[in-house]
Amino acid sequence: MADHHAVPGLLHHFEDMEQQKESTLLGMWAFLITEILFFGGLFTVYLVYRTSFPEAWAAGSHHLDIKLGAINTVVLICSSLTMALAVRAGHMGKRGAIITYIVLTLVLGGVFLGIKSVEYAHKFHEHLVPGNAFGPEGIFPVQMELFFGLYFAMTGMHAFHMLIGAGLMIWLIVKTVRGRFSAEYSAPIEMVGLYWHFVDIVWIFLFPLLYLLGRT
Amino acid sequence: MSEHKQHISPLSEYLAIFIALMGLTGLTVWAAFQDVGAYNDLVAMSIAVTKVLLVVLYFMHLKYSSKLTWIFAGAGFFWLFILFGLTLSDYLSRGWIESTMSRFLEG
Repeated sequence: MADHHAVPGLLHHFEDMEQQKESTLLGMWAFLITEILFFGGLFTVYLVYRTSFPEAWAAGSHHLDIKLGAINTVVLICSSLTMALAVRAGHMGKRGAIITYIVLTLVLGGVFLGIKSVEYAHKFHEHLVPGNAFGPEGIFPVQMELFFGLYFAMTGMHAFHMLIGAGLMIWLIVKTVRGRFSAEYSAPIEMVGLYWHFVDIVWIFLFPLLYLLGRT
Repeated sequence: MSEHKQHISPLSEYLAIFIALMGLTGLTVWAAFQDVGAYNDLVAMSIAVTKVLLVVLYFMHLKYSSKLTWIFAGAGFFWLFILFGLTLSDYLSRGWIESTMSRFLEG
């Protein structure tokens, strides 16, 4: 029977760290499944209305800036790399590297959200925010308002998830600075990493589906 | 209880996957401007799925995780296919079959 006091981070209801690690991992994946359910619903709405209104979808997509979207995709993939390297540093117990990589991830996430804000501001000025100011009528197909409703809902939800991720990063930095992690115990870093990679995956689908339509 | 050593991937593996993801991003932007008709969607989604697989298997370390973890991860995406598949099979088949109701509604 493992001496629970001797093993840092081992909770009393687990036999050993390996069992705790596996349970933590499965629990995190179960949560990510619920996230798939959540975003899956939004993607389904997108699918149904896109098959109904392909021209309006292509027209809407044309108003999105491919350059900014592509830069954001690159930024997020870079942040996934830095996060994966933070997890790796965690497994090796390298405190300095953990902090460096998480800070980098945080900065890249901030860049993404900054670019997103610029895009949202553009949409506001171009009268592409659904509501009374959407228009002008006659120039845009009426279903384009649906497209932009989905654009804001999906990218907005995604951005909200990134904000939560940023909060988790800060929490991790504080814990790391206080020396709570070691080569034997770095599960929280790994779990936050899984969350961050999931948010990246959602964007990997959002980018082509929103930005790259009707460009031929 | 067996001591399962934590698998740590070499830095080169992460960098290789990163470069592949960058390449696929460039490819998907380029492919968006090529006209292959109905296949544009298939190409875009195939590239996206490939990128997701790379992130899930290597960045999320699924390749080195237990089979039970694979089942959890697979379950989520399997559910997604059911959601998309059944929903689309409904919407895409609207109007295929005539019925008393549809004839009544059409006038």
